[in-house]
Amino acid sequence: MSQVMIDTGNYIAAKAAVMCKPEVVAAYPITPQTTLVEGVANYKASGEFKGEYICVESEHSAMAACIGASSTGVRTFTGTSSHGLLLMHEMLHWAALARLPVIMCNINRVVGPGWNIWADENDSISQRDTGWIQFYCSSNQEIFDTIIQSFKLGEHEKVSLPVMISYNAFILSHTSMPVYVPDQKDVDNFVKKRIPKWKLEVENPITFGNIILPHEYEKVRREMQNCQENAKKLIPEIASEWKKKFGRFHGDLLEFYKCEGAEYILLSMGAIGAESKVAIDNLQKNGFKVGLARVRTFRPFPQEEILKLAKKADLIVIDRNISIGNEGALFNEVKGSIYGKTDAKVHGFIAGLGGKDVTFGDIETMCKKAIKGKATDHQVWYGLEEV
Amino acid sequence: MKKYNISTTISYPVKGAMGRTGNWRVFKPILDKKKCVKCLRCWIYCPEATVIRNKDDTVDIDYEYCKGCGICANVCKVKAIVMEREGAKK
Repeated sequence: MSQVMIDTGNYIAAKAAVMCKPEVVAAYPITPQTTLVEGVANYKASGEFKGEYICVESEHSAMAACIGASSTGVRTFTGTSSHGLLLMHEMLHWAALARLPVIMCNINRVVGPGWNIWADENDSISQRDTGWIQFYCSSNQEIFDTIIQSFKLGEHEKVSLPVMISYNAFILSHTSMPVYVPDQKDVDNFVKKRIPKWKLEVENPITFGNIILPHEYEKVRREMQNCQENAKKLIPEIASEWKKKFGRFHGDLLEFYKCEGAEYILLSMGAIGAESKVAIDNLQKNGFKVGLARVRTFRPFPQEEILKLAKKADLIVIDRNISIGNEGALFNEVKGSIYGKTDAKVHGFIAGLGGKDVTFGDIETMCKKAIKGKATDHQVWYGLEEV
Repeated sequence: MKKYNISTTISYPVKGAMGRTGNWRVFKPILDKKKCVKCLRCWIYCPEATVIRNKDDTVDIDYEYCKGCGICANVCKVKAIVMEREGAKK
């Protein structure tokens, strides 16, 4: 029977992962991810998780172990955060280029120095070019549903790429919320056994990762790009199948909230995306025509959807990250998506770095500044530039 | 042979997939069959499978692909294999 479980984002993520029956989980603990892998270990102790749990000596090894396991055709899962994710960097490229659908949660945490364990998206944004599909979640229910959908997506024959499910440190990872947990048999029916695109097996010897010449390598990159494009079509299909079976929906590549008739659209990700809904309610009550498009997938990036929005409205972007030397990653990519195709204005804000709280009041202030024409074309640092 | 339909770096077992690697060699292993005791250590240790094991457990070296790493000479307990510089005059 389906049930309601009240627990933190991390324990909910552990439950979702275990329900997908990975054969191998290899992980190394790091705050704020620790309770996620503890959760999986608890399920191992209780017997609910029947796969192998490999305790490794570093995150680089955790990803290497997942790659090795995934190469034999089995389902794999891991989780990390911040410096742990950065230590995996080389292996992240490796998993994607090897086309292995490793599924991983990343709990968005500040990158040091400055020892700081709070929410900030620079860790996963700095991994955006690794070839991984990237989701950003805004509630525990979305974490649960997205993990299960990610196994189906990543392992799909038209994708075969690793998937990273990101959610903000503490705001989600350590906050309890009620979550609907479906029956195990319904999850089994939704996520079928993995059929690998290739695998290492004694009966059919192959070598993997051998020399590859320039013209062949380019084809591999091109195929990865095609598969991310395939994911753009499959994410809505899988989300809609989930909605039909389980009645819950968190959006496709974007989640639209009160966008009809809006003259401004706010774009944000993760926990700020959830907080933005409260801000939109208040702003609309006060006569401001502003809606929300919460970005769920940063890779593949929803260029076409954003262009559609920009043809009807001006855009306001909030980034909880900064590509130092340029600008916020979402701000930058939103502008890239609409370049030369519309004259919509795009206003960018940097907010909430280092785990600084971003409340609905803050979001309303940013939106009002943009709507009243007081925001400049360049990016504004909220809280540092008299905003 | 099973082939996979995916664009990534999979290579299938083919003799000499990388061409004639024998011309990489600086030192060449020379086997003295009179000293050989058929222990097969060279055959076990050769990383390129260029030590060929015959039916009677004598061995031959496939110079077409041997890169001249010298491992066979190193592991040979009876010094039946010595490494000689390529093209050296005797």
